[in-house]
Parts: sequence; structure tokens; C-alpha cells
Amino acid sequence: MKGFSPSIPALVLLGVFFLYPVVRMLGFAVEGGTMEWFAKALGEKLYLQVFWVTFQIAAIVTIVCLLLAYPLGFLLATTTPGWAALGFIFVLLPLWTSVLVRTYAWMVLLGRNGVLNRWLVGSGIVDDPLPLLHNLTGVLIGMVHVLLPYMVLPIYGAVKRVDPAIVAAAQGLGASTWRIFWRIYLPLTLNGIFAGCVIVFVLSLGFYITPALLGGGRVIMIAILIEQEVRQSLNWQFAAALSSVLLAATLAVYGLARKSMRAEPAP
Amino acid sequence: MRSRHALVAFCALVYFFLLLPLLVVFPISLSSAPYMQFPPPGLSWQWYERYLDDPQWIDATIRSLQVGAATAVLSLALGVPLSFALIRGRFYARETVDRLAMAPLIVPHIILSVAVYGLFARLKLIGEWYGLVVAHTLLALPFVVLVMGAGLRDFDRSLEQAAEGLGASRWRTLTRVTLPLLRPSLVSAGLLAFITSFDEVVVALFLSGARMTLPKKMFDNILMEIDPTIASVSVMQILLVSLVLVLIGRFGRGLNATAR
Repeated sequence: MKGFSPSIPALVLLGVFFLYPVVRMLGFAVEGGTMEWFAKALGEKLYLQVFWVTFQIAAIVTIVCLLLAYPLGFLLATTTPGWAALGFIFVLLPLWTSVLVRTYAWMVLLGRNGVLNRWLVGSGIVDDPLPLLHNLTGVLIGMVHVLLPYMVLPIYGAVKRVDPAIVAAAQGLGASTWRIFWRIYLPLTLNGIFAGCVIVFVLSLGFYITPALLGGGRVIMIAILIEQEVRQSLNWQFAAALSSVLLAATLAVYGLARKSMRAEPAP
Repeated sequence: MRSRHALVAFCALVYFFLLLPLLVVFPISLSSAPYMQFPPPGLSWQWYERYLDDPQWIDATIRSLQVGAATAVLSLALGVPLSFALIRGRFYARETVDRLAMAPLIVPHIILSVAVYGLFARLKLIGEWYGLVVAHTLLALPFVVLVMGAGLRDFDRSLEQAAEGLGASRWRTLTRVTLPLLRPSLVSAGLLAFITSFDEVVVALFLSGARMTLPKKMFDNILMEIDPTIASVSVMQILLVSLVLVLIGRFGRGLNATAR
């Protein structure tokens, strides 16, 4: 047990204020030995719908983030160090800016009388303001904005690890830019893409703030349902059952990801 | 080369998307209009004055700074020894300890919040600032472990051996050699812990009760009405975070190294 003792204070805190409360809370779901709350969560159409919507939103956000983040991560990894440093600041600044600030800003931008709609109507592109806020569109825009940096960082790391000599060799042999991308960069950066997708997908599943504010009560994700059950319905058993399902889904995605990451040959 | 230009142009658009929300709050916060209007008809400091004159906003700010600072101290006090154990220790179940320390990063915040809320309600800790500090420390601990872990892995242990060889005690080696050399990592870890707490909303929604933190107060205000006071608070928050990032860049250890 050499060198174990310094971890004891942190372990006590994690045990008493993290592990114990989470296990205790999840235990409410099967209080009295009944499975009725799980049956309700997974059996009633209304709640299945919430799980399905959450899953769909997470999938769409992941795909959009990937499409936006790959070029950005690629550019940062292949540009000069000076530009890369500057580029990184502008990726990290939004990452560390409060989610509330960004959500508020999107409300200002996307509202019926918001900046974007005024510009669109004013310049004659559309006749009536587009419904961008308090619906799925608003939630998706807000979530992509919050999660994009989490996708950029692993992709940057993966592109950075690609050996420039391989690219130079392909160029020397006359391969086109697209061919180099499809045959060299893409296969060699799959690990980074995969890592980014797992992080973004899992974080999306548990999102609360953005759908709560930008969804305007019309987009119910699982985290919002849990909050309502605890604070408005005071139904801890049902909230616990919903939490268990959310946690199980989260851990399942992570578990699968770890397994397939390990299965790939080390670079 | 043409495809390179297309790449740069596409990335410029992505940056526009990333930075647009951060930029739009600046003009709104300086608006002279009595309500949300864009572009603002004129400039004034009225929304900053309203923030400074409102004791609720000031109380919330002070509370957030206090909770953030205490979180930074507590998560360093617990996280630094934990990192030493994880990197240098050779004990059974080290991997399990590592996973437990990282778990608050993986478990959805809503689950952690509801669970801690249930416990704190029984212990009558709702609304107490130290209750929030404990909960925020759980969230900050993974960052401290990541940053300190990266610093410790790159640490040149021959410097410690030299100190001990010259007769320094283990404590003296730790305080005079090891920790000073790790200062950049300590600075980064502490500032990240502070920001984690300062920006945190979900846990604060459940635990802060009537005595609000700044994010909780902002959340409530955004839910009720869109008032440009929020924009002025947002600007100050963006500037504070920028300052912290500059401090990390200047005195800390880069975040990029740990992101990988």
C-alpha cells in the first residue's frame, strides 16, 4: 500500500458526499422492493418519448459538432504555432465562459425580435421572423455552441499526432488533397473523432441549462424531467428511476467506448 | 492550395459562430435603451450602475467569489495529495481510486445535484455556503487531478533525490523543491477549480436556497425577463474569465497539454 495515504482525505469527501448520496438516491427507485417506477419510466409512452427526444438531440448535436470541429481542429493542428495559439484562445474562451452568459446571448440573438431576425427581415431575406427560440432549433444551436470545444480538442490532438512524413510521401507520389484526407488523415484520426463524439454525446444526454432556457418548456430532455420530478412533483422514487436509466446509458456509452478504444492497435 | 483557402474560410465561419454570442453582449450592456434593443440607440453605463446599485446582485457576486475561492483552496488541499498518490503511489486499487476521482466528470450534473440535494436537505445544509463548497469541490477535483497529474508525470525526480542526498528531510524536500517546481500546475489547477465553481449553475440551483450565487441569480433573471443588466453581468464575467485564462497562460501550465 505504498503511497496510498495522501489520497485518504479526498476519498473520504468523495465517499461521503458523492458515492453515498448517489447510491442512496438511486436506491429510492426500488424502495419497498417494487419495480413499478422503472416500469413507469420505461413503459409509458410519454416518458419513452422524452428518452427518445434526448437521444435524438444528443445524436444530432454530436454530428453537427463533428462537422464543424473537424476542419477547425485540423486547421489548428496544421497551421503555424503562432496562429494555433491565437486560435486556441478563441476556442478556450467560449469553453470557459459561463453557459448562462452564452445562453443569454443566444436568446438575444435568436428571439422573435432578436438580432438575427431583425437582420433577416430588414434585409428582405425572409418576410416573417423565423421561429428560432423556445423550440428545438434554439436548443440545438445552444448545445452545439457549448459542446463544440469538447470536440475540437481531441481532434486537434489526433491530427497533431499524424506523422508529417507520411503526408509528405503521399504528396510526393502525387496524391490529391482529397485523397490524402480520405486515405491518411481520416483513418489516422479516427481515435480522436471517436473520443470527441463520445464526450459530446454523453454530455448532451445529461444537459439541463440550455434546453431549460432555450427550449422554453417545449423541449423536454431527461434532465429537465428529473428536475421537475424532484422539485415540483416531489416524486423521488420516479426521479431516481429516471436517473438510474440516464446513468446507465451514460456508463454504457463510456464502457463501449473504452472497450473499442482498447481494441484498436496502439499508434 | 485552393482547398486550404476553403478550409480557412470555413473555420472563419465556425469562429464567427463561436464568438458571436460573446461579442453581442458588449453593445447590449452599453445600451441607453430602457429595454432590449439591438443595435443600441445610444451608449450609457446605466445597466452597470443598476448592477452596482442592486444589493442582490452584489451579494450574489460576493457569495460566488467566496464559494469559488474556498472551492479552489479545498480542491487543492485534497486534490494535490490525491494526485501524488495516483502518480507516485504503488498500491492495490489505484485504478479504482482514479476512476472514482474522475467520476464527477462523467456522472451527469443533474444526478449529482439531485443526490447531494437529497442528502443536504436531511443535514439542513441547503443555503449554507460551505455546503456549496463541498459540492463544487467534487466537480473541481477531476480538473485538479488532471492538471497536477500531467505536471507530476513530467517531473524530474532526480532533483528530489539531489535534495535528499544533501540531507534535506522529506518534508523540506516537498516544501522547498517539489511544490515550488510544480507551481505552474498548482496555479492552473487552482484557477480552474475557481472557475468551475464560479460558473457552476445546476448544483447551485439545488443547493444555494435563498442565498444565491451569481449564476443562480442570473438563471432566475433570464427565466423571468430579459433585462440588459444580465448583459452587463455577462460582460464582467467574460472579462474575469479572460483574465483568469491570461493568468493561466502567464503563470500556469498550458491547458492543451492536459486536454490530450
